[in-house]
Amino acid sequence: MLTALFVMALGSVILGGALGFAAVKFRVEGDPLVDKIDSILPQTQCGQCGFPGCRPYAEAIAKGEADINCCPPGGEDGIHKLADLLGREFKPLSGEHGIEKPKSTAVIDENTCIGCTLCIQACPVDAIVGAAKQMHTVIAAQCTGCELCLEPCPVNCILMKPIDESVENWKWKYPTFALQARKAA
Amino acid sequence: MTLRQLFHFNGGVKPAYNKEPSNALPIMVAPLPAELAIPLHQSVGGIPRPLVQAGEHVRKGQLIGGPDGYVSSSVHASTSGLVKAIEPRLMPHTSGLSALCVVIEPDGKDEWADLAPIPWRSMKPDEVRDALRDSGVVGLGGAVFPSYLKVNPGKQGHLNTLVINGAECEPFITCDDMQMREHAETIIRGAAILRDLTKAEQVLVGIEDNKPEAIAAMQVAVKATGEPRIEIVPVPTRYPAGGAKQLIRVLTGIEVPHGTRSTDYGVQCFNTGTAFAIYEALELGRPLISRIVTVAGNVETARNYEVRFGTPMKDVIALSKAKPDTNRIVMGGPMMGFAMPADTVPVVKATNCILVGSPTLFPPPPPEMPCIRCGECARACPTDLQPFEMYWFSRARIFGKAQEYHLFDCIECGCCAYVCGSNIPLVDYFRFAKSEIWARENEKAAADGARERYEFRLAREEREKAEKAAKLAAKAAETKAKLAAAASADDEQKKALIAAAVARTEAASATRQEGTPGAD
Repeated sequence: MLTALFVMALGSVILGGALGFAAVKFRVEGDPLVDKIDSILPQTQCGQCGFPGCRPYAEAIAKGEADINCCPPGGEDGIHKLADLLGREFKPLSGEHGIEKPKSTAVIDENTCIGCTLCIQACPVDAIVGAAKQMHTVIAAQCTGCELCLEPCPVNCILMKPIDESVENWKWKYPTFALQARKAA
Repeated sequence: MTLRQLFHFNGGVKPAYNKEPSNALPIMVAPLPAELAIPLHQSVGGIPRPLVQAGEHVRKGQLIGGPDGYVSSSVHASTSGLVKAIEPRLMPHTSGLSALCVVIEPDGKDEWADLAPIPWRSMKPDEVRDALRDSGVVGLGGAVFPSYLKVNPGKQGHLNTLVINGAECEPFITCDDMQMREHAETIIRGAAILRDLTKAEQVLVGIEDNKPEAIAAMQVAVKATGEPRIEIVPVPTRYPAGGAKQLIRVLTGIEVPHGTRSTDYGVQCFNTGTAFAIYEALELGRPLISRIVTVAGNVETARNYEVRFGTPMKDVIALSKAKPDTNRIVMGGPMMGFAMPADTVPVVKATNCILVGSPTLFPPPPPEMPCIRCGECARACPTDLQPFEMYWFSRARIFGKAQEYHLFDCIECGCCAYVCGSNIPLVDYFRFAKSEIWARENEKAAADGARERYEFRLAREEREKAEKAAKLAAKAAETKAKLAAAASADDEQKKALIAAAVARTEAASATRQEGTPGAD
């Protein structure tokens, strides 16, 4: 009887020690769920969800403070991915945060730009180059299409241009076939 | 001579070859068209930058598009004339989209720019590669990968085997066959250059045994040129024996595994047309401005033509006279070709064949029926994949699973669709899945880049704030020190004044004391 108790006690001490060691040694910094959610979000940093950037929104989703359907740039596709990840029901995009638009980039009308640098300060990803009283321009490859530069521009010289389909980004279509009416016998 | 042991690849099909109509007549040089529209993007990789302007006069072989980025090639004017415009024109691409072209109106003189042979034997390997990039040589078998990136001895410093691909397994196409018959010596000399550049121990020229004339001509050329270590090897005719990995397997027995390159095993593969182009580029200094194109299918006289890049396809088809019931144009062969949006699109570096179709020659595909999992496609697959599994997942848009079945090892040869009893266009599904996956990966990379830039911006703002605060604090401290110093200086002065005053009073009292007795 005593031996059995001793063995069980010893076992629990050893296992407890191992668990305690593992908890310290393999401690995960940060919340891995937030990283997973963040990697699904489109990183436009546009703030349309009501949070200051994609990561704060990811943190809010992880805590259960925000719904998964508040990200218009991520679109339906993004909501599906979030729903799959979190095991929640799919919901259509909530209208109050905006609508899903075709992917666009900002274009500065260089004839109208007065070089005020306000858009440069607004751009969350540093995709606008220029200096005070010099013409500004958008680095198209790095523009996420967040539209945050539109508001501050005092002369309304920035417009959003949808990305055109080109030979390089063209995608093969899902194979479909025209239905043919059967000939009368 | 001992017979070389050949190996074989799994799968493959034996379609009707239909090569006879187009290999009866010699290669004819296609006449100058009224206008050439030369696309800038004709190879894998970055889009070359235009180097000429509208209104400029160019000469044949002049550089008109410079490479952009590490993987990119150059583009040259295919005749002399006036640059009419640099504008988007319809591309020889299934999408029916346009891309930037240099439009040249020929002046009829067809005058070469100043050309000089490239002294490649005395140049460093990097310089030879630069020269090859600037002469616009790309793989002419159909993949149009810039050749300069492949002219590389690999990690071990030399190749064991250099494979020259003259298999030309696709039905209807005879451009390599005719070029080997007519220009065998040039091809062998090109292969010898490649052999020396890659330090290859042996060169094996694989030619399918349904081209006896080409094999004979190449064997004669090897003897005539006296080039050592080059062997012509007839390989069994079976589609797709001309796939790079398939031909390497047949000739050397090496099966290049998933995710590795043939150079890791000391093997590299070039097309015969590419060997020809490399000889022209290095020994004659001539950039790649034309290629041999087969015109076959629904035409009066199927034939091979030497066509300048930028020539409208309809001009080339007119030489062979398309039959009246023609309803479509395919670039490439019936197995791997791409439907063209119109017959006005230009001939480019990838155009090995212009296949003219009619409803009787290529009847519309019968309706697709459900997959019955018969496994015929897996038996026919030359890359040992399971097309029916990839089909399920591509069809259901479960792309991750499709990738797990090695979707990207698919060479789109069309064997699976050819044998499919349910008429499923499998390759269409695979192309759809591949382009969706690429688009998603690009999107992901862009999002990751944006996140990095955003985090960097936040860090920078934080740092700037900290720096500003530190600067302010430093300034405040400085002012304080100055004030303190000033204050202490004031104190010193005061003390000195007081001391001076004390001294004065003391001195005064002393004189008074001294003076007092005297005064007494």
